Amino acid sequence: MAAIEMKNIVKQYGDGFPAVNDVSIDVEDGEFLILVGPSGCGKSTLLRMIVGLEDITEGDMLIGGKKVNDLAPRDRNLSMVFQNYALYPHLTVYENIAFPLRLAGKSDSEVDEKVREASKTLELDEHLERKPGNLSGGQRQRVAMGRAIVRDAEAFLFDEPLSNLDAKLRGQMRTEISRLQKRLGITTVYVTHDQTEAMTLGDRVAVLKRGVLQQHATPRELYENPANLFVAGFIGSPPMNFVPAKVDGNRVELPFGTVTIPEERAANAQGKDLLIAGIRPQHFEDASVVDSDKVTDEATFKATVDVVEWLGNEAYAYIPFEAPDEVREQLTQLEKDLDGESLRTQLVVSLDGASRIKEGDEATIWVDARKIHLFDPATGDNLTLDRDNAGIIPGGNAMAKAEEVGKEQDDVKPGSDAATT
Amino acid sequence: MSNKTNAGTWIGFVLILVWCLLPVVWIISLSFKGPGETGAGSPQFLPSEPTLQNYRDILGIGKVTPGQEATAGDFIDALRNSFFISLIATFLAVIFATLAAYAIARLEFKGKRLVLTMALAIAMFPVVSLVGPLFDMWRTIGLFNTWPGLIIPYMTFTLPLAIWTLSAFFREIPWEMEQAAQVDGATSWQAFRKVIVPLAAPGVFTAAILTFFFAWNEFVLAISLTSTTGSRTVPAQLSFFVGPDPFNPPYGTLAAASVVVTVPIIVIVLLFQRKIVAGLTSGAVKG
Repeated sequence: MAAIEMKNIVKQYGDGFPAVNDVSIDVEDGEFLILVGPSGCGKSTLLRMIVGLEDITEGDMLIGGKKVNDLAPRDRNLSMVFQNYALYPHLTVYENIAFPLRLAGKSDSEVDEKVREASKTLELDEHLERKPGNLSGGQRQRVAMGRAIVRDAEAFLFDEPLSNLDAKLRGQMRTEISRLQKRLGITTVYVTHDQTEAMTLGDRVAVLKRGVLQQHATPRELYENPANLFVAGFIGSPPMNFVPAKVDGNRVELPFGTVTIPEERAANAQGKDLLIAGIRPQHFEDASVVDSDKVTDEATFKATVDVVEWLGNEAYAYIPFEAPDEVREQLTQLEKDLDGESLRTQLVVSLDGASRIKEGDEATIWVDARKIHLFDPATGDNLTLDRDNAGIIPGGNAMAKAEEVGKEQDDVKPGSDAATT
Repeated sequence: MSNKTNAGTWIGFVLILVWCLLPVVWIISLSFKGPGETGAGSPQFLPSEPTLQNYRDILGIGKVTPGQEATAGDFIDALRNSFFISLIATFLAVIFATLAAYAIARLEFKGKRLVLTMALAIAMFPVVSLVGPLFDMWRTIGLFNTWPGLIIPYMTFTLPLAIWTLSAFFREIPWEMEQAAQVDGATSWQAFRKVIVPLAAPGVFTAAILTFFFAWNEFVLAISLTSTTGSRTVPAQLSFFVGPDPFNPPYGTLAAASVVVTVPIIVIVLLFQRKIVAGLTSGAVKG
């Protein structure tokens, strides 16, 4: 077990494609780190640089305090679970798990003991003599994990290990991975584009965009204190609503009304003209189901609900609004960065399951003004950021830097996503 | 409807079977006929008096027909030559082809396209046009009438096809297999030997069989580049069979020899057939 330190890591491919740009991340001993970002953000490349399958163009990679830049994968003593599992189809499950031990020249009795132990942990005992071809997706996944845990590696690396499983199995395996990591207490780096996995599994999460680190913090810090528009839009489901806003003192003028926000949050936003306000769907509520002492005119607005999706425990209401052109452009770009498609500017509002609001109703919606974030549309920076609770935010303007890199990337491969999926 | 299709399939099946197997059956039947029968103007399909004499003659077992005493010795020599020349050529060709194909499938290097085009060009080159030059060269450098003298051209002519077959197989194997092996602690060579080669086994066996067949059946080079039974292979040796009647080829003996040389081929195909089963790689990755 060992800590992993990435110091100013740069990856530039032979054709000049800048996949990873000056990323510094420390993974503490025993920590579960998630690398997350939209496709083509360089997260898999970064993982493959840790394990040694990609050369490091610049910067230092330290594992357990030892520089490993020039070590071959086999000399780094890391174990990795690949996205497509990469099981050896000509070997039985037993031999697949035993493979790293056999290469290390362990005695038969030791191999047997360790393989049995791993297979017991992963409940693979009855499949040991089968070939991977005869296993289900979940079983193959477990074999791949068995191969990873069977030897005493310094760290585990996972490259989108659950993306080939169906939703139910994914949930189960997620819990399983979390349990296993907690029990073994081994340093883990996990790449995913699924934010549920990012939020639930990670001790800390590093958000990447176009090979530039945006924020490195705990899931809670990311959710409550996103460093910029990109992180705000990426973390959370359904995603944060972005609406145009004008600030005057501590009053924020939104397209559907004016709300009052706490003084300290408004402090940084003074003197700016047009801003983007970010409000999570969960921070809205049907005024009729909110405690009456919270409901004031300042924090409620009336709007016509377009569509309602009722899920039982909650409901999503969609409220269209008009955005001025200067904001619209920024929002469209953001949507594209997040792998989405912007169809219309609309507000997604999460309502309590008890809410009776129907489609076409003019509803009174309450908004939790304390939780509104304000972003500078030019730089994307969060103006209401609480720096003490936002983890590590790289200096400079990460979003603008990612934008620049994005242009460079497009120059090398026009319109391409360096996605590994 | 399905019955009709079924019937059609069966008719086609039988037609193809007859088309392919009739000559084989004819050879087998011929090999059991005595010289009297094969010399007759219009022989019947099945031997009227089945005899093992042809086999005795070529293998030198029991009583040999008078005048055929040398046949058996020569044939056994040729069989030995054929067997070892084909085996060595196959072995070397497969090793070289595997390494070359792996490099072509996995590495980016200058002149890769050139290598592949050259290989294809060699495969298309007519063997006959090389017989003259090879004959002269081999005599000069002392390879004429030796095993290497046949092994080298056999390898040359089968390598291109083997490389093409194998590189197609290697390309099918996901990169991750190898990377996983490296992460698991394998050197590049170990990853190649323990993961890639077993996965490419169907390709390796296909290449091996193609090479072996080529070497085993080859006639033009075998007869041109040899002069004695020290290195002459079976296809060439057959043309030296002389029967009791100098004006009639010894059909029975030839047929018996043909049967004997066909047996190893059939055995090999049956042995390797299980190895060539496609889908060995299924289950390697998601799916």
